[in-house]
Amino acid sequence: MSSGFIFDIKRFAIHDGPGVRTTVFFKGCSLRCWACHNPEGQERAPDLMLREERCNLCGDCVELCAQHAVSLEGETLLIDRVKCDLCGRCAEECLTGAIELAGREATAAEVMQQIERDTVYYDEGGGGVTFSGGEPLFQPGFLLTLLRACKRREIATTLDTCGYAPRRVIEAVYPLVDLFLYDLKLIDNDRHREFTDVPNGPILGNLRWLAGVAAPVIVRFPLLPEVNDDEANVRALGEFLAELATLYPVDVLPYHRIGVDKYERLSRPYRLEQAETPPDATVATTVRVLEEFGLQVTVRGEAYVSER
Amino acid sequence: MSLSDRVSRLREQSVGARATVSAERAQLMTEFYEQDVGATSAPVRRALAFSYLLERKHIFIGDGELIVGERGPAPKAASTYPEVCCHSLDDLNVLDSREKVSFAVSDDVRRLHADRLIPFWQGRSLRELIFAAMTPEWKDAYEAGVFTEFMEQRAPGHTVLDDKIYHKGLLDLRQEIEQSLERLDYHADPRAYDKQQQLLAMAIAADALIAYARRYARLARELAAKEEDERRKVELERIAAVCEHVPARRPRDFWEALQYYWLVHVGVVTELNTWDAFNPGHLDQHLYPLYREGLEDETLTQEQARELLQCFWIKFNNHPAPPKVGVTAEESSTYTDFAQINLGGVRPDGADAVNDLTYLILDVVEEMRLVQPSASVQVSKKNPDRFVKRAARIIGTGFGQPSIFNTDAIVQELVRQGKSVEDARAGGSSGCVEVGAFGKENYNLTGYFNMPKVFELTLNRGRDPRTGKQIGIDTGDPTAFETFGELLDAYERQLRYFIDIKVRGNNVIERLWACHIPTPFLSLIIDDCIATGLDYHEGGARYNTSYIQGVGLGTLTDVATAVKHHVFDERTLSMEELLRALADDFDGHEKLRLTLRERTPKYGNDDDYADDVMRQLFEVYYEAIDGRPNTKGGRYHINLLPTTCHIYFGSVVQATPDGRRAGEPLSEGVSPVQGADRHGPTAVLKSVAKMDHVRTGGTLLNQKLAPGLLGTEDGLNKFVQLVRSYFRMDGHHLQFNVVDAATLRAAQAEPEKHRDLIVRVAGYSDYFCDLSLALQEEIIARTEHDAF
Repeated sequence: MSSGFIFDIKRFAIHDGPGVRTTVFFKGCSLRCWACHNPEGQERAPDLMLREERCNLCGDCVELCAQHAVSLEGETLLIDRVKCDLCGRCAEECLTGAIELAGREATAAEVMQQIERDTVYYDEGGGGVTFSGGEPLFQPGFLLTLLRACKRREIATTLDTCGYAPRRVIEAVYPLVDLFLYDLKLIDNDRHREFTDVPNGPILGNLRWLAGVAAPVIVRFPLLPEVNDDEANVRALGEFLAELATLYPVDVLPYHRIGVDKYERLSRPYRLEQAETPPDATVATTVRVLEEFGLQVTVRGEAYVSER
Repeated sequence: MSLSDRVSRLREQSVGARATVSAERAQLMTEFYEQDVGATSAPVRRALAFSYLLERKHIFIGDGELIVGERGPAPKAASTYPEVCCHSLDDLNVLDSREKVSFAVSDDVRRLHADRLIPFWQGRSLRELIFAAMTPEWKDAYEAGVFTEFMEQRAPGHTVLDDKIYHKGLLDLRQEIEQSLERLDYHADPRAYDKQQQLLAMAIAADALIAYARRYARLARELAAKEEDERRKVELERIAAVCEHVPARRPRDFWEALQYYWLVHVGVVTELNTWDAFNPGHLDQHLYPLYREGLEDETLTQEQARELLQCFWIKFNNHPAPPKVGVTAEESSTYTDFAQINLGGVRPDGADAVNDLTYLILDVVEEMRLVQPSASVQVSKKNPDRFVKRAARIIGTGFGQPSIFNTDAIVQELVRQGKSVEDARAGGSSGCVEVGAFGKENYNLTGYFNMPKVFELTLNRGRDPRTGKQIGIDTGDPTAFETFGELLDAYERQLRYFIDIKVRGNNVIERLWACHIPTPFLSLIIDDCIATGLDYHEGGARYNTSYIQGVGLGTLTDVATAVKHHVFDERTLSMEELLRALADDFDGHEKLRLTLRERTPKYGNDDDYADDVMRQLFEVYYEAIDGRPNTKGGRYHINLLPTTCHIYFGSVVQATPDGRRAGEPLSEGVSPVQGADRHGPTAVLKSVAKMDHVRTGGTLLNQKLAPGLLGTEDGLNKFVQLVRSYFRMDGHHLQFNVVDAATLRAAQAEPEKHRDLIVRVAGYSDYFCDLSLALQEEIIARTEHDAF
């Protein structure tokens, strides 16, 4: 597939794998996690994002919208998301960045050109490209094209994934991926369904398969208050990982509220409105429980030292 | 590691002391010049003046001090140099009353100026001679803010010491002077007499510093005799012994080496107010043999060495930059005098120079947390990563030091200019970012040059839109230009016109210095002044460079790119419409202003469209300057740095086609326009690396990082990778501010609570609260690169 849908390419991404990296964000995902910090990555179609504080009330967007979806009520910019057909003309004309369109079709050649811009940095410390999202496996053809192009150019690849994909997709990408960052959230299937909209069978199965072929994986466990921070879930996670054919390290990622603003910009409800960053005690317990299973545990990529 | 009581006390004293104007030097100098010294040559007269100062200036040994000697009569008492420029009463009032970076002026000092100094120096100071010698074209350009002039109130003397004093005493140098005198051939060399006078002057200057040290030795003995505390008594006796030995003879141990350097430093800054602060250069390399010897024969411990270095650091901090006069007194926004101690790098034989002492000095930098002296790490591909990482960890503590330089690029830069490879390796960076062959070069910064102003003048056919005055040449009607190439040609002609004016002015000024104020003491310690018998100002140094520092490359690039893109390539904007909007300062043209800002390729984003324009503009500047001969047998070269001048230069430039409004600051150094870089530091570094740094004498790149990035081991490692990558692309220099905008805003709101907040300004760090509001805003506006 020579083109696909992305919503961003970030350079100097330094938390998405080894070294200095460029991260390509794929648009579209099967999951609808409540805590998703890139909600503009969920839909395959573009999303209109509104940053009202930037609006200078010039009114150009109101005039050019063919669907009459944009209006100014006093000093408030309003968009009727039902009328809006996502043509993106308002965003194109909006010079202050108050209206932005997240998501566009990009060719593989164009994405590769961006990836190759930072090779001088990759070379210093084992950096490379990270495919993230959204969910890259949601666009397997495009992902494979990019992975193959990277391999031909000896660019190291990391795949940041939730693992929700048909097995044959996993089998196809696995030889081209130097490191999987594999998200696991909940082991109980019902709770997983509630929190993400999908069952976790394929996710657990794919990880089991990767472990069977000893693929390089770092498991990422986003620690979400009231969602998956209970000891039962952490234990179940530890148990599952301990039984895999390859023992994988786990990186615990305590919940943060960085993505919250984006929900507002998308006019979508945020279902973890009350959640706070987990207290140190919860992080400490999580680490301890996982370590009991003989797992190597880090927190945000660093060895964990309890604050007490 | 906590500081010892002694060091804490001395540090506190130094940091807490209010800067004052001391009239001591001015008064002694006036006394000297009032006397009839008979028919002496200029260099001998200057040497006698130097002796006169050192014999009479007040000396003191502060409580607990280990390293002695001071420019003024007390810490932070700043000397003035009336023979160069005499402060007027207005100047003194400005210095005393300015809100930031003030110097207290006592009534006595004021009275002395009114009654004696001003009447005597009126019509005699070099500054007046300089302005009288400049052409009307020069004055027009100077007043319009096309360029500044460094030498109008401070002496050329931008240089750094090498390792010679650690091998030779001044008596050894005196012997070299004798040999040089003996070699003079009065038949074949028509300048033999001049050289004889110059050499005699150097000998007088050498004797003067030795005598000055002996005054300290005597004082220390007197104090020791009266001292009741046994430990302090021993220290004072040691100080006496040290000052009896150095600078006359080569230093025998670590303490003597530091004291020797410091006496030389005081000599240099007493003789003249040289740009920039003189400094010891590769201190870790120079001191290492004596450090190791001391540890091996157990006459020195690491802790003693640390404490001596700390005392040495405080000495630098006691010396604010000499107070300025005229418009510079109003604008100058810093006490720092740009002493930049180099650490790491390579040895003259090319080997990795990082040693144990390098890491000890880095500890001192971190513990002392002083704006002066500044420290830099010189990073070669031969140096270990842990060296860069140690530096990064200190940068992470957020006071902007050390700055980071690319040794491998610096060596190439110096070799390209004609230095031997050994001299190049023994060289390094100084001031902000300027390169030089330490101990062997007179590399003189001559002034900042306002590149965007010249572009503005090109768009206005040589008429300054701020004043309406015709100051440049008519390079044609821009509305008649059909291609970007025509505009670029016009810019080039306009630029060359002003560079010619600047160079002509410099050449006259350099000669005024050489004829009227030779500098025998500085000549004594810079090769090959003794061997050639020529003064430092006469081309006595082995290498002689004059730099013109280009300012606003980022703004210039974005300005030219915007015109190219909208007017010539896309043709969506007419030149008439653009010029009208600029004349209106974008009032009523907000949509156009936003389009220029938001829908235009910008330098700093690894976008070849803008970066190619930058390359062209770089070449134009380079070609206009590089290789022109100066008055000392050397050549002009370029470098790209602003110190704080981009604020002043911005204040004289009207609205520009990049969407910048009239009076706003220009971009600084080679950094992108504040806030124009949108793709993070890797894109910035790549854009900047597209210029050929190796053909400059230094470029300055400022980046702001949020504190989180350097808070983890992984972050530190990635920082090292970033630096290494930039240097693989031949980038010259990088420096980082590691503070978040919220902290800076808090400091603005409550300065009294953030007095200790040190930020990187340009080529140096300074107290945030000392900076002007415009500069504070500017630092906040610099794009803050965070990880996500």
